[in-house]
Amino acid sequence: MTKAQKKHLCQILISAAIFTTALFIPAASAWRLPLFVAAYLISGLPILRKSFRNLLNGRIFDENLLMTIATLAAFAIKEYPEAVAVMLFFQIGEFFQNYAVNRSRGSIAKLMDLKPDSANLLCDGNIIAVSPEKVAPGEIILVRPGEKIPLDGQIIKGCSALDTSALTGESLPRDVVPGNEVLSGCINLNGVLQIKVTKEFSRSTVSRILELVETAGTRKAAVENFITRFARWYTPAVVIMALLLAILPPLLLDGAFHTWIYRAVTFLVISCPCALVISIPLSFFGGIGAASRQGILVKGSCYLELLSQIKCLVMDKTGTLTKGSFAVSRIIPSGISEQELLQTVAYAEAYSGHPVAQAVKNAWPQKIDRRRISALKELPGLGVSATIDGRSILAGNLRLMKQNGVMPPSVPVEGTAVHLSINGTYAGCIIVADTPKENAAEALRQIKKQGIEKLIMLTGDRTEIAQNVAAELNIDEVRAELLPQDKVGALEQILQNCAGKTAFVGDGINDAPVLARADLGIAMGKMGSDAAIEAADIVIMNDDLSKISAAVKIARKTIDIARQNIVFAIGVKLLVLLLGGLGFVSIWAAVFADVGVSVIAILNALRA
Amino acid sequence: MRKTFKIENLDCANCAAEIENTIRKIDGVAEVSVSFMTQRMIIDAADEEFGRIMDEALKIIRKVEPDCEVSE
Repeated sequence: MTKAQKKHLCQILISAAIFTTALFIPAASAWRLPLFVAAYLISGLPILRKSFRNLLNGRIFDENLLMTIATLAAFAIKEYPEAVAVMLFFQIGEFFQNYAVNRSRGSIAKLMDLKPDSANLLCDGNIIAVSPEKVAPGEIILVRPGEKIPLDGQIIKGCSALDTSALTGESLPRDVVPGNEVLSGCINLNGVLQIKVTKEFSRSTVSRILELVETAGTRKAAVENFITRFARWYTPAVVIMALLLAILPPLLLDGAFHTWIYRAVTFLVISCPCALVISIPLSFFGGIGAASRQGILVKGSCYLELLSQIKCLVMDKTGTLTKGSFAVSRIIPSGISEQELLQTVAYAEAYSGHPVAQAVKNAWPQKIDRRRISALKELPGLGVSATIDGRSILAGNLRLMKQNGVMPPSVPVEGTAVHLSINGTYAGCIIVADTPKENAAEALRQIKKQGIEKLIMLTGDRTEIAQNVAAELNIDEVRAELLPQDKVGALEQILQNCAGKTAFVGDGINDAPVLARADLGIAMGKMGSDAAIEAADIVIMNDDLSKISAAVKIARKTIDIARQNIVFAIGVKLLVLLLGGLGFVSIWAAVFADVGVSVIAILNALRA
Repeated sequence: MRKTFKIENLDCANCAAEIENTIRKIDGVAEVSVSFMTQRMIIDAADEEFGRIMDEALKIIRKVEPDCEVSE
């Protein structure tokens, strides 16, 4: 609790103590009124001061002023306990609200913990601690175990494991070695690292993430705007009604002023929109915080709202759905064992640097004994020929096979095939493909289960390959062989055909225009990529596709909470207004209803 | 020019909304957003008019929330 909060609480407690004492004093006692006034002033003085100041500034629909009028009117009609209760409970509501807001802000402040205090600059063999802002790209910094990496850079010396959880929500440490790029905000766990800084502080990952989170609240959701608009006419309307209620009926119906002023006071008590107005941004703030703890950065409440309405999810293939690198996906031997096929091709490709060859070699777990290879010849555009263990080997594409009179029985269409012939006989092929991420199928299944109707894949890759991946992942629609500039056009068509909102998921490298064009742009992976953070509305800090459904879940929960609060708070207020106007509600009940609604709405918001 | 300010000691969300709505009415303001939760205010306006708009905005803030502190 802050100092101001403690003071506030003290005032409330003292006032409450005096108030309760006064309630037990017999009505005839001369002590009763002074005690009520004391209790009233102790809790209400700050409010009276504020309302006086606001009145001077011409703000008549200010909540402080309304409370002042309501309580003074209650005093005037000799309803002393009610007058004090209204003020006291209003203050309790305020205190509670303040506490909740501070707590919620604290969760963002924790994120601000990302911010490094200083950097150890290496300068002529000396280590000087300087503020991170002062370090220029190209300079070398030293990061000891337990310290935060202050600026983005490249490791030039030292190995260590990094805790990236603050950025990615990923709890598993990441091992780094010289040559690796590292991001600011990660914590160095065990080794001393020397890092060559690549970006100045203001452009470093930490600064950009902090800026993004800090400004997230300023991009407001439609519900938020709705509620502030609502508040703008709600308060004046209720106040005018209260005024009419106090004046008109006694004049027209020559009723008792007491009754009608009493009813007017109940109106004023529930005229405050603040709890309602705060509970909505509080919910969104909570939602954004919950998302960022999982490594999902949401640039504003409005995007959380959009995410909850997504009907159509368009995804880029390479790097988003797939790993973005080649790997052996299938081994189809013909007359020999899988092991022998893989080994022979790995040997044949032993000297090749081609990505496909690399993938095959990665799949072969043992060391390659190069002495067994002889007469190796690279055949550009075709493959290789070699003699391995005395057998004549050809490994390469279909053209190579055909040129040598070897006919594969059938040719699979997915990925790239490396065919093998041994002594002129076909021995099978190895399929090398950019394979889907391990959890991709499961992640997409979850997304579908959440009611997102259509999954569409965009890719520049060949149609057969694209369709293969789509079939494996259960994707509804595929647009393949798109040039980068065609992707925006393809997305526009999808936008027209899809009834709901459309999100695009990409890795942000060359699909920035598509990210920007979609109703909602989600950038995946490549954490810290400038283009991704700039163009996307939501950034998923690690490569994990399952974070999309996690984000949708958070978004929907947040929206649900916001809606519940709106319906609940407005509903109760209208009900109390109606019953209060008819005289069925006492000031007591109105106070409890008002403060109760605030507390419940705020507690509900804190669930987000 | 688009500038972000820190705006502290805001009393309530409703006041933040009121500040936002009143600043929006200043001539030349392209965009304004006041967030009660993050205590940030973003103002987007033409460079040459920014000084005048800021003066008016600060006046509005002082009127609605005299205890408010605004910093860059």
